[in-house]
Amino acid sequence: MKCRQCEAKAVINMRQHKLALCANHYIQWIVTQTQRFIEKYHMFTHQDRILVAVSGGKDSLSLWDILWQLGYLTEGLYIGLGIDGGVNYSSRSHQLCVQFAAQRNLNLISVNVPQTYGMSIPEIAAHTQRGKNKPCSVCGLTKRHIMNQVALEGNFDVLVTGHNLDDEVATLFGNTLNWNVGYLQRQRPLLLDNHPGLVRKAKPLCRFYEREMAAYALVRGIEYIYDECPYAEGSTSIYYKGLLNQLELDRPGAKLSFYLSFLQAKETGFFSKPINLEYGEENVGAGGETLYTCPKCGQPTTAKGLCSFCRMMEKISR
Amino acid sequence: MDIVKVVLRDQEFEVKAGMTLRHALEKIGVNRETVLATRNGELITDDEILQGGDVIKLIAVISGGLVQGVFQ
Repeated sequence: MKCRQCEAKAVINMRQHKLALCANHYIQWIVTQTQRFIEKYHMFTHQDRILVAVSGGKDSLSLWDILWQLGYLTEGLYIGLGIDGGVNYSSRSHQLCVQFAAQRNLNLISVNVPQTYGMSIPEIAAHTQRGKNKPCSVCGLTKRHIMNQVALEGNFDVLVTGHNLDDEVATLFGNTLNWNVGYLQRQRPLLLDNHPGLVRKAKPLCRFYEREMAAYALVRGIEYIYDECPYAEGSTSIYYKGLLNQLELDRPGAKLSFYLSFLQAKETGFFSKPINLEYGEENVGAGGETLYTCPKCGQPTTAKGLCSFCRMMEKISR
Repeated sequence: MDIVKVVLRDQEFEVKAGMTLRHALEKIGVNRETVLATRNGELITDDEILQGGDVIKLIAVISGGLVQGVFQ
Protein backbone atom coordinates (compact mmCIF):
# COMPACT_ATOMS: atom_id res chain seq x y z
CA MET A 1 0.00 0.00 0.00
CA LYS A 2 1.32 3.43 -0.91
CA CYS A 3 1.17 6.77 0.87
CA ARG A 4 -1.66 8.95 -0.44
CA GLN A 5 0.67 11.97 -0.33
CA CYS A 6 3.94 10.80 -1.83
CA GLU A 7 3.61 7.21 -3.12
CA ALA A 8 6.22 5.96 -0.62
CA LYS A 9 5.45 2.76 1.30
CA ALA A 10 2.62 3.34 3.77
CA VAL A 11 3.10 2.46 7.45
CA ILE A 12 -0.57 2.75 8.36
CA ASN A 13 -3.92 2.41 6.68
CA MET A 14 -6.80 4.18 8.45
CA ARG A 15 -9.85 2.52 6.99
CA GLN A 16 -12.26 4.93 8.69
CA HIS A 17 -10.65 7.79 6.75
CA LYS A 18 -9.77 5.74 3.65
CA LEU A 19 -6.26 7.11 4.14
CA ALA A 20 -2.88 5.37 4.03
CA LEU A 21 0.28 7.36 4.88
CA CYS A 22 4.05 6.90 5.04
CA ALA A 23 5.93 7.58 8.29
CA ASN A 24 6.72 11.24 7.56
CA HIS A 25 3.28 12.16 6.30
CA TYR A 26 1.66 10.24 9.15
CA ILE A 27 3.50 12.29 11.78
CA GLN A 28 2.56 15.50 9.96
CA TRP A 29 -1.06 14.39 9.70
CA ILE A 30 -1.34 13.59 13.43
CA VAL A 31 0.24 16.90 14.45
CA THR A 32 -1.93 18.93 12.05
CA GLN A 33 -5.11 17.15 13.08
CA THR A 34 -4.33 17.68 16.78
CA GLN A 35 -3.98 21.41 16.17
CA ARG A 36 -7.28 21.35 14.31
CA PHE A 37 -9.06 19.65 17.25
CA ILE A 38 -7.48 22.07 19.75
CA GLU A 39 -8.91 24.98 17.75
CA LYS A 40 -12.25 23.35 16.94
CA TYR A 41 -13.04 22.70 20.61
CA HIS A 42 -11.41 25.97 21.83
CA MET A 43 -9.15 24.00 24.14
CA PHE A 44 -6.20 26.38 24.65
CA THR A 45 -3.85 28.77 22.90
CA HIS A 46 -0.09 29.25 22.63
CA GLN A 47 -0.29 31.78 25.48
CA ASP A 48 -1.70 29.24 27.97
CA ARG A 49 0.40 27.25 30.44
CA ILE A 50 -0.50 23.61 29.91
CA LEU A 51 -0.11 20.75 32.37
CA VAL A 52 0.10 17.40 30.57
CA ALA A 53 -0.85 14.40 32.70
CA VAL A 54 1.55 11.61 31.73
CA SER A 55 1.46 7.97 32.76
CA GLY A 56 4.36 6.57 30.74
CA GLY A 57 1.87 5.09 28.27
CA LYS A 58 1.70 5.68 24.52
CA ASP A 59 -1.17 8.16 24.56
CA SER A 60 0.01 10.65 27.16
CA LEU A 61 3.64 10.66 26.02
CA SER A 62 2.56 11.04 22.39
CA LEU A 63 0.29 13.91 23.39
CA TRP A 64 3.16 15.66 25.17
CA ASP A 65 5.38 15.10 22.13
CA ILE A 66 2.77 16.55 19.75
CA LEU A 67 2.17 19.64 21.92
CA TRP A 68 5.93 20.10 22.21
CA GLN A 69 6.25 19.92 18.41
CA LEU A 70 3.44 22.47 18.08
CA GLY A 71 5.34 24.86 20.36
CA TYR A 72 2.90 24.94 23.28
CA LEU A 73 4.07 25.88 26.80
CA THR A 74 3.89 22.51 28.54
CA GLU A 75 4.99 20.83 31.73
CA GLY A 76 4.30 17.20 32.62
CA LEU A 77 2.65 15.71 35.66
CA TYR A 78 3.41 12.14 36.65
CA ILE A 79 1.45 10.53 39.50
CA GLY A 80 3.23 7.58 41.12
CA LEU A 81 0.50 5.18 42.21
CA GLY A 82 2.67 2.67 44.04
CA ILE A 83 1.62 -0.21 41.78
CA ASP A 84 4.13 -3.00 41.45
CA GLY A 85 2.17 -5.93 40.02
CA GLY A 86 5.35 -8.00 39.83
CA VAL A 87 6.65 -5.87 36.96
CA ASN A 88 7.67 -2.67 38.84
CA TYR A 89 4.86 -0.97 36.96
CA SER A 90 4.97 2.44 38.65
CA SER A 91 8.73 2.79 38.87
CA ARG A 92 9.19 1.77 35.22
CA SER A 93 6.51 4.14 34.00
CA HIS A 94 8.05 6.97 36.06
CA GLN A 95 11.47 6.24 34.61
CA LEU A 96 10.07 6.47 31.05
CA CYS A 97 8.43 9.84 31.80
CA VAL A 98 11.65 11.20 33.31
CA GLN A 99 13.60 10.02 30.27
CA PHE A 100 11.06 11.53 27.84
CA ALA A 101 11.15 14.92 29.58
CA ALA A 102 14.96 14.96 29.79
CA GLN A 103 15.31 14.17 26.06
CA ARG A 104 13.22 17.25 25.22
CA ASN A 105 14.41 19.48 28.06
CA LEU A 106 10.88 19.67 29.49
CA ASN A 107 9.87 19.97 33.14
CA LEU A 108 8.22 16.99 34.82
CA ILE A 109 6.37 17.35 38.13
CA SER A 110 6.12 14.08 40.04
CA VAL A 111 3.68 13.30 42.85
CA ASN A 112 4.22 10.05 44.70
CA VAL A 113 0.95 8.77 46.24
CA PRO A 114 2.51 6.46 48.89
CA GLN A 115 4.85 9.25 50.04
CA THR A 116 2.13 11.92 50.02
CA TYR A 117 -0.74 9.94 51.53
CA GLY A 118 1.10 7.15 53.37
CA MET A 119 -0.47 4.40 51.24
CA SER A 120 -0.30 3.12 47.68
CA ILE A 121 -3.43 3.03 45.50
CA PRO A 122 -3.97 -0.73 46.06
CA GLU A 123 -3.57 -0.17 49.82
CA ILE A 124 -6.07 2.72 49.82
CA ALA A 125 -8.47 0.55 47.80
CA ALA A 126 -8.13 -2.27 50.32
CA HIS A 127 -9.20 0.13 53.09
CA THR A 128 -12.32 1.39 51.32
CA GLN A 129 -15.54 -0.07 49.97
CA ARG A 130 -14.93 1.55 46.58
CA GLY A 131 -14.36 -0.67 43.58
CA LYS A 132 -15.09 -4.12 45.05
CA ASN A 133 -11.43 -5.14 45.45
CA LYS A 134 -10.42 -3.48 42.16
CA PRO A 135 -8.41 -0.29 42.72
CA CYS A 136 -9.44 1.35 39.40
CA SER A 137 -12.16 3.48 40.98
CA VAL A 138 -9.87 4.67 43.80
CA CYS A 139 -7.11 5.27 41.25
CA GLY A 140 -9.36 7.41 39.03
CA LEU A 141 -10.66 9.46 41.96
CA THR A 142 -7.17 10.04 43.37
CA LYS A 143 -5.66 10.97 40.01
CA ARG A 144 -8.44 13.46 39.25
CA HIS A 145 -7.96 15.08 42.65
CA ILE A 146 -4.17 15.35 42.33
CA MET A 147 -4.26 16.54 38.71
CA ASN A 148 -6.70 19.32 39.59
CA GLN A 149 -4.75 20.27 42.72
CA VAL A 150 -1.36 20.44 40.99
CA ALA A 151 -2.82 22.43 38.08
CA LEU A 152 -4.43 24.93 40.46
CA GLU A 153 -1.41 25.30 42.74
CA GLY A 154 0.90 25.71 39.76
CA ASN A 155 -1.40 28.31 38.16
CA PHE A 156 -1.73 26.29 34.98
CA ASP A 157 -4.43 27.46 32.56
CA VAL A 158 -5.40 23.99 31.42
CA LEU A 159 -4.85 20.34 32.24
CA VAL A 160 -4.67 17.95 29.30
CA THR A 161 -4.91 14.17 29.24
CA GLY A 162 -4.21 11.57 26.57
CA HIS A 163 -7.70 10.07 26.33
CA ASN A 164 -8.09 8.70 22.81
CA LEU A 165 -11.23 7.92 20.83
CA ASP A 166 -11.34 4.31 22.01
CA ASP A 167 -11.31 5.52 25.63
CA GLU A 168 -14.07 7.99 24.87
CA VAL A 169 -16.19 5.51 22.97
CA ALA A 170 -15.81 2.79 25.63
CA THR A 171 -16.95 5.33 28.25
CA LEU A 172 -19.81 6.45 26.04
CA PHE A 173 -20.85 2.86 25.36
CA GLY A 174 -20.79 1.94 29.07
CA ASN A 175 -22.72 5.00 30.09
CA THR A 176 -25.27 4.48 27.32
CA LEU A 177 -25.81 0.83 28.26
CA ASN A 178 -26.59 1.95 31.79
CA TRP A 179 -28.22 5.26 30.80
CA ASN A 180 -25.96 7.18 33.16
CA VAL A 181 -27.32 10.50 31.99
CA GLY A 182 -25.17 12.50 34.42
CA TYR A 183 -21.97 11.01 33.01
CA LEU A 184 -23.22 11.42 29.43
CA GLN A 185 -23.86 15.09 30.11
CA ARG A 186 -20.34 15.53 31.46
CA GLN A 187 -18.46 13.77 28.65
CA ARG A 188 -16.90 16.43 26.41
CA PRO A 189 -13.55 17.16 24.71
CA LEU A 190 -13.28 20.26 26.93
CA LEU A 191 -14.47 20.87 30.47
CA LEU A 192 -14.56 24.50 31.56
CA ASP A 193 -13.15 25.95 34.79
CA ASN A 194 -16.47 27.35 35.94
CA HIS A 195 -15.71 26.99 39.66
CA PRO A 196 -12.88 28.59 41.68
CA GLY A 197 -11.46 25.16 42.56
CA LEU A 198 -11.69 23.69 39.09
CA VAL A 199 -9.12 23.81 36.33
CA ARG A 200 -10.03 23.69 32.62
CA LYS A 201 -9.52 20.19 31.22
CA ALA A 202 -9.02 19.15 27.62
CA LYS A 203 -8.57 15.92 25.67
CA PRO A 204 -6.81 16.84 22.39
CA LEU A 205 -6.51 13.18 21.25
CA CYS A 206 -10.21 12.41 21.66
CA ARG A 207 -10.71 11.87 17.91
CA PHE A 208 -7.73 9.58 17.27
CA TYR A 209 -8.09 5.81 17.42
CA GLU A 210 -5.95 4.06 20.02
CA ARG A 211 -4.26 2.19 17.17
CA GLU A 212 -3.29 5.50 15.60
CA MET A 213 -1.67 6.72 18.80
CA ALA A 214 0.32 3.51 19.18
CA ALA A 215 1.49 3.90 15.57
CA TYR A 216 2.49 7.51 16.24
CA ALA A 217 4.54 6.49 19.30
CA LEU A 218 6.26 3.75 17.29
CA VAL A 219 7.04 5.93 14.29
CA ARG A 220 8.33 8.74 16.53
CA GLY A 221 10.45 6.28 18.52
CA ILE A 222 8.78 7.17 21.81
CA GLU A 223 9.60 4.59 24.43
CA TYR A 224 6.43 3.84 26.40
CA ILE A 225 5.31 1.26 28.92
CA TYR A 226 3.88 -1.57 26.86
CA ASP A 227 2.65 -3.70 29.74
CA GLU A 228 -0.89 -3.03 30.77
CA CYS A 229 -1.55 -1.86 34.34
CA PRO A 230 -1.76 -5.17 36.26
CA TYR A 231 -5.19 -4.19 37.60
CA ALA A 232 -6.66 -3.40 34.16
CA GLU A 233 -6.86 -7.07 33.23
CA GLY A 234 -10.47 -8.09 32.87
CA SER A 235 -11.66 -4.50 33.21
CA THR A 236 -14.98 -3.44 31.77
CA SER A 237 -13.34 -0.83 29.56
CA ILE A 238 -11.16 -3.43 27.84
CA TYR A 239 -14.21 -5.65 27.38
CA TYR A 240 -16.15 -2.78 25.79
CA LYS A 241 -13.19 -1.88 23.59
CA GLY A 242 -13.11 -5.48 22.36
CA LEU A 243 -16.80 -5.35 21.42
CA LEU A 244 -16.42 -1.99 19.71
CA ASN A 245 -13.40 -3.17 17.74
CA GLN A 246 -15.39 -6.16 16.54
CA LEU A 247 -17.95 -3.69 15.23
CA GLU A 248 -15.19 -1.56 13.71
CA LEU A 249 -13.74 -4.60 11.93
CA ASP A 250 -17.02 -5.15 10.08
CA ARG A 251 -17.95 -1.49 9.73
CA PRO A 252 -14.90 0.78 9.48
CA GLY A 253 -15.63 4.17 11.02
CA ALA A 254 -18.32 2.91 13.41
CA LYS A 255 -16.43 4.07 16.53
CA LEU A 256 -15.73 7.53 15.13
CA SER A 257 -19.28 7.94 13.95
CA PHE A 258 -20.68 6.87 17.35
CA TYR A 259 -18.56 9.50 19.12
CA LEU A 260 -19.08 12.35 16.66
CA SER A 261 -22.83 11.76 16.49
CA PHE A 262 -22.90 11.86 20.29
CA LEU A 263 -21.08 15.21 20.37
CA GLN A 264 -23.42 16.55 17.71
CA ALA A 265 -26.47 15.36 19.63
CA LYS A 266 -25.16 17.13 22.75
CA GLU A 267 -24.67 20.37 20.87
CA THR A 268 -28.30 20.32 19.85
CA GLY A 269 -29.35 19.76 23.45
CA PHE A 270 -30.10 16.05 23.42
CA PHE A 271 -28.58 15.27 26.82
CA SER A 272 -28.72 18.66 28.45
CA LYS A 273 -29.61 22.23 27.73
CA PRO A 274 -27.74 23.47 24.65
CA ILE A 275 -24.10 24.34 25.20
CA ASN A 276 -23.49 28.05 25.81
CA LEU A 277 -26.80 28.45 27.62
CA GLU A 278 -26.47 26.75 30.98
CA TYR A 279 -23.04 25.13 30.64
CA GLY A 280 -20.41 27.73 31.26
CA GLU A 281 -22.22 29.44 34.10
CA GLU A 282 -20.32 29.92 37.33
CA ASN A 283 -20.70 26.98 39.74
CA VAL A 284 -22.59 24.83 37.29
CA GLY A 285 -20.96 21.52 36.37
CA ALA A 286 -20.64 20.10 32.89
CA GLY A 287 -23.82 18.12 33.46
CA GLY A 288 -25.74 21.21 34.59
CA GLU A 289 -25.48 20.23 38.27
CA THR A 290 -24.74 22.73 41.06
CA LEU A 291 -21.15 22.69 42.30
CA TYR A 292 -20.20 23.26 45.94
CA THR A 293 -16.77 23.80 47.48
CA CYS A 294 -15.19 21.07 49.58
CA PRO A 295 -14.40 22.69 52.97
CA LYS A 296 -11.19 20.68 53.28
CA CYS A 297 -9.43 20.87 49.90
CA GLY A 298 -11.36 23.65 48.14
CA GLN A 299 -12.10 21.51 45.09
CA PRO A 300 -15.62 21.36 43.65
CA THR A 301 -18.09 18.72 44.66
CA THR A 302 -21.64 17.99 43.56
CA ALA A 303 -22.92 17.60 47.14
CA LYS A 304 -22.54 19.85 50.18
CA GLY A 305 -19.73 18.83 52.55
CA LEU A 306 -16.51 16.97 51.83
CA CYS A 307 -15.70 15.91 48.27
CA SER A 308 -15.45 12.19 47.43
CA PHE A 309 -11.67 12.19 47.70
CA CYS A 310 -11.57 13.86 51.14
CA ARG A 311 -14.38 11.60 52.37
CA MET A 312 -12.40 8.56 51.25
CA MET A 313 -9.18 9.77 52.88
CA GLU A 314 -11.03 10.58 56.15
CA LYS A 315 -12.52 7.10 56.19
CA ILE A 316 -9.18 5.34 55.86
CA SER A 317 -7.44 7.54 58.42
CA ARG A 318 -9.93 6.52 61.14
CA MET B 1 11.29 -22.05 4.12
CA ASP B 2 7.61 -21.33 3.63
CA ILE B 3 6.65 -20.58 7.21
CA VAL B 4 6.03 -17.17 8.77
CA LYS B 5 6.22 -16.68 12.50
CA VAL B 6 3.71 -14.26 14.08
CA VAL B 7 4.41 -13.16 17.65
CA LEU B 8 1.90 -11.49 19.97
CA ARG B 9 3.17 -10.88 23.53
CA ASP B 10 4.17 -14.37 24.76
CA GLN B 11 2.22 -16.24 22.06
CA GLU B 12 3.73 -17.53 18.84
CA PHE B 13 1.81 -18.60 15.74
CA GLU B 14 2.94 -20.07 12.43
CA VAL B 15 1.25 -19.34 9.11
CA LYS B 16 2.09 -20.19 5.53
CA ALA B 17 4.13 -17.75 3.47
CA GLY B 18 2.44 -16.06 0.52
CA MET B 19 -0.67 -14.87 2.31
CA THR B 20 -1.38 -11.27 3.23
CA LEU B 21 -1.02 -10.01 6.78
CA ARG B 22 -4.81 -9.51 6.86
CA HIS B 23 -5.37 -13.16 5.96
CA ALA B 24 -2.75 -14.29 8.51
CA LEU B 25 -4.48 -12.31 11.27
CA GLU B 26 -7.83 -13.87 10.33
CA LYS B 27 -6.21 -17.33 10.43
CA ILE B 28 -4.87 -16.85 13.95
CA GLY B 29 -8.03 -15.11 15.17
CA VAL B 30 -6.62 -11.66 15.90
CA ASN B 31 -8.76 -8.60 15.19
CA ARG B 32 -6.64 -6.32 13.01
CA GLU B 33 -8.21 -3.27 14.66
CA THR B 34 -6.48 -4.17 17.93
CA VAL B 35 -2.89 -4.60 16.75
CA LEU B 36 -0.09 -3.05 14.74
CA ALA B 37 2.31 -5.30 12.87
CA THR B 38 6.05 -4.82 12.46
CA ARG B 39 8.63 -6.65 10.36
CA ASN B 40 12.27 -5.94 11.19
CA GLY B 41 11.08 -3.07 13.37
CA GLU B 42 9.12 -1.39 10.52
CA LEU B 43 5.35 -0.97 10.57
CA ILE B 44 3.59 -2.84 7.76
CA THR B 45 0.04 -2.54 6.41
CA ASP B 46 -2.31 -5.48 6.21
CA ASP B 47 -2.13 -5.91 2.44
CA GLU B 48 1.56 -6.88 2.81
CA ILE B 49 2.32 -10.36 1.46
CA LEU B 50 4.28 -12.35 4.04
CA GLN B 51 7.49 -14.05 2.90
CA GLY B 52 8.96 -17.33 4.15
CA GLY B 53 11.19 -16.74 7.19
CA ASP B 54 9.46 -13.49 8.12
CA VAL B 55 8.97 -12.80 11.81
CA ILE B 56 5.98 -10.55 12.30
CA LYS B 57 5.73 -8.90 15.69
CA LEU B 58 2.22 -7.82 16.65
CA ILE B 59 1.84 -4.91 19.04
CA ALA B 60 -1.39 -4.88 21.03
CA VAL B 61 -2.72 -1.35 21.18
CA ILE B 62 -5.57 -1.58 23.66
CA SER B 63 -5.23 -0.32 27.21
CA GLY B 64 -7.90 0.20 29.80
CA GLY B 65 -9.05 0.79 33.33
CA LEU B 66 -11.92 2.81 34.71
CA VAL B 67 -14.87 3.37 32.39
CA GLN B 68 -17.44 5.38 34.24
CA GLY B 69 -16.69 8.71 35.78
CA VAL B 70 -13.53 9.22 33.82
CA PHE B 71 -12.53 12.84 33.79
CA GLN B 72 -15.43 14.42 35.65
